[in-house]
Amino acid sequence: MIPFVFIAFIVLTVISACVVLWSNNVLYAAFSLLLTFFGIAALYVLVGADFIAITQLLVYVGGILVLLLFGVMLTNQNGNKENGKNDIIGTNTNRLIGFAVAFGLFALLFFTFAKANFVNIQSNLFESIETFSTTQNIGVLLMTDFVLPFEVSGVLLMATLIGAAYLSSKTKV
Amino acid sequence: MQQIPDVIREIPLNYYVWFSAALFCIGIIGVLTRRNAIIIFMSVELMLNSVNLLLVAFSSYKADPAGQIFVFFIMAVAAAEVAVGLAIIVMIYRNIQTIDVGLLNKLKW
Repeated sequence: MIPFVFIAFIVLTVISACVVLWSNNVLYAAFSLLLTFFGIAALYVLVGADFIAITQLLVYVGGILVLLLFGVMLTNQNGNKENGKNDIIGTNTNRLIGFAVAFGLFALLFFTFAKANFVNIQSNLFESIETFSTTQNIGVLLMTDFVLPFEVSGVLLMATLIGAAYLSSKTKV
Repeated sequence: MQQIPDVIREIPLNYYVWFSAALFCIGIIGVLTRRNAIIIFMSVELMLNSVNLLLVAFSSYKADPAGQIFVFFIMAVAAAEVAVGLAIIVMIYRNIQTIDVGLLNKLKW
């Protein structure tokens, strides 16, 4: 079972990376980069690195992708006639199909959860799972063996913050 | 991490190596062929991600968390790189009204 899930996430990641490669619309490329990051986070989970998977979601999806979207929108080609495909402004289409799909999914989930008997499950849920986590090991190592690189990366992020704010300020220097 | 988790015993390490190589090559194609500066940044992120995945895979198969700490630092550096790079791109756009890297040829001779 696990290899099939692994292959499925690999296929998802490669296809969305190819969309990043070949898409003409920068916004579509950014959103398919989201799928790539999610696929790689799933592969981290499959390899047993839970802390790195969560960090991938927080840093890449929550930080870097939002920054890239800011970059796309700050440099958009709105009104550029010869490059009209990069236009950011869109309209709503397929409203009926969208609502139908969303409500159908909600109904499916609702009836599935109504049929599942969670009261029996939740009492022995946490005893039956063998816990395996890498977070404690990583935390101990970060505070003992790797404490100097940890502090240096903090200084690096501080310098980056100052530099990015200085570079993108509107005042001429 | 005294023992290898049960989940990854079913997947050979070779698959991770091949997949990381493929993702890295996709990133290289993106950097070399695209002209939009933001797409080039996305391709650089793809290459960083493939290297991270390879480091995590080797660290997990060896049951040694030091590789995952390297990945943690690589993520911090990637965040710094994207922040400064996007500030530079926004400055370029403000000056020459485009982010096509083919038009940035003032230093070429």
